[in-house]
Amino acid sequence: MASLALRARSAPTARATHEPRAVKAALTLAAVGFIGLFLVVPLAAVFVEALDKGWTAYVAALREPMALSALRLTLLTAAVAVPLNLVFGLAAAWAIAKFDFAGKNVLVSLIDLPFGVSPVISGMVFILLFGRQGLLGPWLEAHDLRIVFAVPGLVLATVFVTFPFVARELIPLMQADGTDEEEAARVLGASGFHMFRRVTLPNIKWGLLYGVILCNARAMGEFGAVSVVSGHIRGQTNTLPLHVEILYNEYNFQAAFAAASLLACLALVTLVAKTAVEWRSARARHPEEPHVD
Amino acid sequence: MLPGFGLALGFTLLYLSLIVLIPLSTLFWKSAGLGWAGFAQAVTAPRVVASYKLTFGASLVAAAVNAVFGLLVTWVLVRYRFPGRRLMDALVDFPFALPTAVAGITLTTLYAPTGWLGAPLAKLGVKAAFTPLGIVVALTFIGLPFVVRTLQPVLESLDPEVEEAAASLGASRFQTIFRVVLPALFPAWLTGFALAFARALGEYGSVVFIAGNMPMKTEITPLLIITKLEQYDYAGATAIATVTLVASFVLLLGINRLQAWSARLGVAE
Repeated sequence: MASLALRARSAPTARATHEPRAVKAALTLAAVGFIGLFLVVPLAAVFVEALDKGWTAYVAALREPMALSALRLTLLTAAVAVPLNLVFGLAAAWAIAKFDFAGKNVLVSLIDLPFGVSPVISGMVFILLFGRQGLLGPWLEAHDLRIVFAVPGLVLATVFVTFPFVARELIPLMQADGTDEEEAARVLGASGFHMFRRVTLPNIKWGLLYGVILCNARAMGEFGAVSVVSGHIRGQTNTLPLHVEILYNEYNFQAAFAAASLLACLALVTLVAKTAVEWRSARARHPEEPHVD
Repeated sequence: MLPGFGLALGFTLLYLSLIVLIPLSTLFWKSAGLGWAGFAQAVTAPRVVASYKLTFGASLVAAAVNAVFGLLVTWVLVRYRFPGRRLMDALVDFPFALPTAVAGITLTTLYAPTGWLGAPLAKLGVKAAFTPLGIVVALTFIGLPFVVRTLQPVLESLDPEVEEAAASLGASRFQTIFRVVLPALFPAWLTGFALAFARALGEYGSVVFIAGNMPMKTEITPLLIITKLEQYDYAGATAIATVTLVASFVLLLGINRLQAWSARLGVAE
């Protein structure tokens, strides 16, 4: 890192290229203070509020049937959305990173589109499509099918908002890897599947894992889009974030924060996993360098 | 030639169309059905215009706060070594990882008049929760990672020799930072600001709890869309959503341009 190299230089250069000690201390304190106030205090507050009435009340709030059904539904939506977007991410990254074709830049922009759409609109488009007044509404009703205000709508909205995560991690990674190794594998007689499993996958595994972690966190935590399509039917179309909202609006703060603490734990696990993946992929890419980077 | 191109691209296009393009195009199709007069009336009603002003203004203030503190946090993370730096680095992504509903109820509890932060503020005569200030707080919370994560790689890759050259030519540290370092960071800084702003415009979960949601005063545009949907005013909701969507697409296009500019500067050096 820069500072290591600079430390060895003479004192006058150091004075000109480094801030005075007091300025450093002040800036560091200000940054730590800002992070503390804006990030650490809220994080602590979730757990303090959740345990406000003690451990027994905390456990009781989580074992309540509505909480359990919300948790089940959250796991279900993620279990559908993440694998779907994983397969899509692999296919899209393979086509975009390893081949040249017209309109590639447009395709990349289109894949990013869901990130630019407000969660509320992400949910709303499915109501316009499948709702009673929607495009396919009359047809669905005639066949006694329900998509919005039911589980399929929740899953669809979740798939929509988590759509770009895996693809977006993989595209730059696979572009940087190029095609030489895969071509060599083919020349040596590997089948397409064999090449993918033995050459491509090992190269992208950390990026892939990272994309899946982010995709999963968003799938389990999505609120706005899911809120629009859920219809808030207790025990049926409530995911964990929606369960938190209902409890909070009923002034049942302790139970709301107990459920919220599960989601905060998910966020913490995501952060730890992300840090671990970054560390491992940095080591995998530059194994010969000691960790100065 | 590598295998699988047709299958991969075909599946990508099919899945993209089914999940994203067809659903999104429904919005424009519905909104075209309104007719020009109906559309204009729906998107310029006083309550709607008040919500644009609030959403836009609060997002702008929050993005500006994040631009300042995001630069500070990035600088400290990249340039200084202190205990807890790695922890702080990891924590920067916390708002990104935390479900927005959890952020919403937590910030509301903290900044309510009886909360840990709301009580001292109330003594100073400042009301945060259920006012536009609360909205700014929530949008600042969710926007921070965008500025830091955009600036960080650029600051890390900045060649220290440029600063040494400035110093050896007689520039003071202050001059070096303001005339050499910050201009090099500027495109990335602006990109981070725009990303935080774009995210704030559409944000719903972290804001609804703390906003108070009073029509004309503390009602953000995404909430107004939901309200219209719940009243089965699909036409009104569609019109407002179209305006919001077009605004974010224009913004995204601008961000793309900014990133291209930023990348060109990186190559030029």
